[in-house]
Amino acid sequence: MNILSFLNNSKTRFFLFQIIAVSIVAFIAYHAVSNLNYNIDRLGIHSGLGFLDLRAGFDIAEHFIAYTPDSSNLDAFYVGLINTIVVSIISIIFASVLGVIIGIARLSNNYLISKLAEIYVEIFRNIPILLQILFWYNLMLISLPSPRDSFEFFNIAFLNLRGIFLPKPIFESGFIWVMLAFFMGVFISFFIKWFFNKKHDLTGVKQRTWGYHLLSLLGLPLGVYLMLGSPVYFDYPGLQGFNFRGGFTFSPEFLALAFALSIYTATYISEAIRAGIESVDKGQKEAALAIGLTQTQALKFVLLPQAFRVAIPPIINQYLGLTKNSSLAAAIGYADFVDVFSGTVLNQVGQAVEIILITMAVYLTLSLIISLGLNLVNHKMRINGLNE
Amino acid sequence: MSIFTPKQSRPSPKTQVGILSWTTKYLFSSKIDIALSLFAFYLLYLILPPLLDWMIFSADFSAKTNAECTREAACWFYIGEKMNLFMYGMYPLEEYWRPNLLLAITLSFAFIVRLLRFQPYKNKAALALFIIYPVVAFFLLYGNDFLGIKIVETDQWGGLMLTIVVALVGIVASFPIGIFLALGRQSRMEIIRFLSIAYIEIIRGIPLITILFMASVMLPLFFTEGINFDKLLRALIGITLFQSAYIAEVIRGGLQAVPKGQYEAADVAGLSFIQKTVFIILPQALKISIPNIVGSFIALFKDTTLVLIIGIFDMLAIAELATSDINWMGRKTEGIVFVAIVLWSLLYLMSRYSKALEGRFNTQY
Repeated sequence: MNILSFLNNSKTRFFLFQIIAVSIVAFIAYHAVSNLNYNIDRLGIHSGLGFLDLRAGFDIAEHFIAYTPDSSNLDAFYVGLINTIVVSIISIIFASVLGVIIGIARLSNNYLISKLAEIYVEIFRNIPILLQILFWYNLMLISLPSPRDSFEFFNIAFLNLRGIFLPKPIFESGFIWVMLAFFMGVFISFFIKWFFNKKHDLTGVKQRTWGYHLLSLLGLPLGVYLMLGSPVYFDYPGLQGFNFRGGFTFSPEFLALAFALSIYTATYISEAIRAGIESVDKGQKEAALAIGLTQTQALKFVLLPQAFRVAIPPIINQYLGLTKNSSLAAAIGYADFVDVFSGTVLNQVGQAVEIILITMAVYLTLSLIISLGLNLVNHKMRINGLNE
Repeated sequence: MSIFTPKQSRPSPKTQVGILSWTTKYLFSSKIDIALSLFAFYLLYLILPPLLDWMIFSADFSAKTNAECTREAACWFYIGEKMNLFMYGMYPLEEYWRPNLLLAITLSFAFIVRLLRFQPYKNKAALALFIIYPVVAFFLLYGNDFLGIKIVETDQWGGLMLTIVVALVGIVASFPIGIFLALGRQSRMEIIRFLSIAYIEIIRGIPLITILFMASVMLPLFFTEGINFDKLLRALIGITLFQSAYIAEVIRGGLQAVPKGQYEAADVAGLSFIQKTVFIILPQALKISIPNIVGSFIALFKDTTLVLIIGIFDMLAIAELATSDINWMGRKTEGIVFVAIVLWSLLYLMSRYSKALEGRFNTQY
């Protein structure tokens, strides 16, 4: 009797179940690790993180930091990580711009525009992203011209089979002052905003401030820039032999990846934008106009804030998805993190466990950073008293 | 005395009906509108003619060899010749009846379940089919010496068949795991909740390709020597691990949508935890989650293309592989476009279906 009631006590049961769960997990983990140790010994694989300091021995076509085959695996790690971040950020920017345009276009009164936007969304959302990456990459390889007859843009930028060649800004030492002036400008801009908000609160006078902002954000750095005698010059790409030299290059792999990611993610962003705009009740606009706001004011103070509250969280989730999808670079050989680290380095070193775990940790960190951003935005947009 | 005869009502003004008014209203209503329409026409002009020209007007449908085909446009005979490869991969020709039969069985199962939907024993029947089906499917596709069905190793599987197999196995195998993870995440037992949350969040935070790499290079190290995994099985394990985290989140949404009163009423009625979960909560939660489960199946179907990175020949990988045929060099675009059309049609139909389900299940209580 006592035993039964003891067993039926929910606290005891919880305890027992959790003990069982933990022991199952521990059992599996123990076996996995002991097998792992055995297999590592058997196959003669090294373990530990020592491989990070070894000479990498392979070249990476695109690197934003100094890298040669003599660099260490750790350098390769950074090169890959930075490439992933660069392609993600550039794709996020393009996807957002395109997504917002398409999202608004879908709600347009113009039949042709809204229909085109809808067709675009339905086509590109329902084709796997990997297929799109391979498609655009293939298309670029067969349709871009050779370096000799590449597309020119005002003779400073070139597009050909080897990628896109852009002028590369070279900063002289004086440029640091321009940067400082810019940060100063940002600071001043915040002060201007604070000052005029305060003034508005105290006196009720609302002034247009964008002129001041423009002056502090652009005028100040520009002034310093001109004062120092333009401490930036450009390194223009030029044809030498069979290829372009100088300037700044994005490979066709990068272009295909960024293009496909932008096109694909833009469809989801446009849907989020559309859902956000449609979620605002019609009464909100009518009420805003009824209390005497102008169309612009109604849009700025009433409609858009509510639309954004609905649209932003899914959009940030799409940014997260895009960052994860950028790992498909491995399929076309863009030197992103997965391609460099879980691809080439793994093949050379053979330490699968360490490398895969590090890769996971890196992507988890990236995800965590983006989720933190999402939480911040959600917190900022919270309506006090609505959801507790 | 005159009889009242109603006057024939006048026709609507010309500006309000007909194609002219439609165009003025929806295409040319203002200056901005005109500009937008012209821009849209220009876009169409840029995209459509070259696309149609490549796909249809200049394309070659009859030329039998690569040399006879034009370079500038599509050569569709290539797709016809490689059709078996696209559909079945390297599956032996004389065994094609097996995947075909399986497809027929699948469709008739779906039909049977639909027929039985008003019968009292429908759930048991569906459950039985659900258990029998994978066994039948495995014996049919892989074969069994005892049953006298020739064994076809999985490295010969490929094409659309493999794509569908991977997606179906992924969703079916991840479903029970997902239910347990979702329940674990809702549990009041801290350790179990922690383990579930950790699993779900870790998997959701990393790209599928990392999990596939893990399954293909790291997983074999965790097993004793001699247990040698099939490559496809490793990919399936990876996909199941991945998908179960997403399914868990979908089902958690369903669990949270079940009104609290249902939980309390089940407790009051004296049901045990298992009775409460199986008979009261899960049926409601799963019903609510069905549209989202379909949605996550669509996402999985798109993700199956990733298996090509670890060397499994799904339909997209076939498009890459088929161009290595020396007779058909340089016809990669046709292959990719064909796969795109096939996968797009399937995915589009599924997303329409999911939309329809959403409407049907959107019942207010």
